[in-house]
Amino acid sequence: MKITNRRRKMVLWMVLTVLLLIGVTVAGWLVGEKAAVTDFSRKNLAPCLAYPFGTDFMGRDMFLRTLAGISSSIRLGLITAAVSAVIAFFMGMASAVLGRTADALISGLIDLIMGIPHILLLILISYACGKGFWGVTVGISLTHWTSLARLIRGEVLQLKESNYIKIASRLGHGKLKAAAVHMTPHLLPQLITGLVLMFPHAILHEASITFLGFGLPPEEPAVGIILSESMKYLVMGKWWLALFPGLFLAAAVLLFHFLGQGIALLLDPENAHR
Amino acid sequence: MDSAKWVGMQILRMAVLLAAVTVTVFALLSLSPVDPLTTNVGQTALGSMSAEQVKKLQEYWGVGVPPTVRFLGWAKDLLRGDLGISLLYRRPVIEVIGERFFNSVWLMAAAWILSGLIGFFLGVLAGRKRGGTADKLVTGYCLITASTPAFWIAMVLLMVFAVWLKWLPIGLAVPIGMSSADVSLSDRIAHMILPALALSMTGISNIALHTREKLAAVMESDYVLFARARGETERSVLIRHGLRNIALPALTLQFASVSEIFGGSVLVEQVFSYPGLGQAAVTAGLGSDVPLLMGITVITAAVVFGGNTAANILYGLIDPRMRKGRKKR
Repeated sequence: MKITNRRRKMVLWMVLTVLLLIGVTVAGWLVGEKAAVTDFSRKNLAPCLAYPFGTDFMGRDMFLRTLAGISSSIRLGLITAAVSAVIAFFMGMASAVLGRTADALISGLIDLIMGIPHILLLILISYACGKGFWGVTVGISLTHWTSLARLIRGEVLQLKESNYIKIASRLGHGKLKAAAVHMTPHLLPQLITGLVLMFPHAILHEASITFLGFGLPPEEPAVGIILSESMKYLVMGKWWLALFPGLFLAAAVLLFHFLGQGIALLLDPENAHR
Repeated sequence: MDSAKWVGMQILRMAVLLAAVTVTVFALLSLSPVDPLTTNVGQTALGSMSAEQVKKLQEYWGVGVPPTVRFLGWAKDLLRGDLGISLLYRRPVIEVIGERFFNSVWLMAAAWILSGLIGFFLGVLAGRKRGGTADKLVTGYCLITASTPAFWIAMVLLMVFAVWLKWLPIGLAVPIGMSSADVSLSDRIAHMILPALALSMTGISNIALHTREKLAAVMESDYVLFARARGETERSVLIRHGLRNIALPALTLQFASVSEIFGGSVLVEQVFSYPGLGQAAVTAGLGSDVPLLMGITVITAAVVFGGNTAANILYGLIDPRMRKGRKKR
């Protein structure tokens, strides 16, 4: 009478998580206009049935704003994590395949990026791009690839020693062809796992950099903007302005994290028997 | 390669990286399309000024000077130990940084030590038995704090302890409207508790999770199984095999966390309006104060690289396997 095993159950949970996240993203996108509606007849309301997250100093519905903010965070996270993963793939591959000079250059670059505190580097890149949407997007894309690139480099170095790659090179396949045809499929699972596990970082850094004033412009309903606005009202006891948006951001990040771990477990052949 | 030469190489490597950082950061800052005049003076004020005044301001903010000329001038002064003059504070950068650093250093040191000790302890507690109750609790805590933005944790602490319970001050490093001579040590400490707490809470998770991972791997290894079979007690296994094997990675981790602590301090100082180095970096970035931003970046990068190099050197000198590996090469 046992229809489900642990693997199936986990896949089911993951599908539900993905659906939930897609739902939030789409809903937040659609709700965008409504979230910006101001109505001074209902300003500074504490959470109640009509406005579960309360309203802010301009009478905006905090529930809708939170939804829209998380949606924009997720969308931005998707773009930046994807770009970062692609950079990581090429950098890792290049440093393992293209010889010693390339390897030294790329690992120097990685050390350089890791040597500047992450937030400071994000501030610098965002400043270089003139702040705003491009500031955050470029900043996060350019700073999150380092550890995944190291992972891929290690993996490729191992693969280079494996017999099937050696045979391929004896058969006359060039380095690049071997990398593209024989190594890439082998690396895909790691790349996907790395990509999903990058989301949480990307989302959190987006919120942080926006909070500091180097990210999305104040008109956007971003979580970082909501929280930095709420700073002025915290002292007056308007706790709902900060509590719910932060809580929901953390929940979204946690879901992505579990998703990434789930994918890692499923794709890892060592766990195939479970 | 003998040890002295190897240490020299490590230090040389650090110097090269540091030079690369200054060039990169300067390139980034000169790429910026942000006009310092519009951000600091404002469009309307600029419009009402005479051409002469605008020209004077442009000269002050260095508009129109080629980046290479600026960089060479800056680098030449740097070699003499002069970091230039902050455009916003109108004081030497080194003075501003020194004052801010003094405020930040205690905050960061407290968080660094607290998060290191508590993180290590929690990691050991969790890694001793993977899947146990302690493990579940610790990893749960770590997951939650790692998924929460650091500044939001700071805001929640501020709401609870400063606004509701009124136990601790809301922000700044000293009471408002008090001359610096009257500020007592207890005042300073009271202002530091919440930021330090917020900073440590987020720092713990990384260290605890890594320690747990390393210890769990040791405790599930064959030699620990053999030690248990020999009849060693759990306690002696933990101390003689577990802790010894994770001591070195923990050291590296602790030095590597300097960078993360600084990153967190930027956010936390912003929440508490704490006049530290991180807040100065944000102010400099928002106000296009290039000399100050350069100075802060170079100094923090030096501290981070210094930490990493120190960890590398310690690791290489302490670990017998690394010593042998070097000799073979």
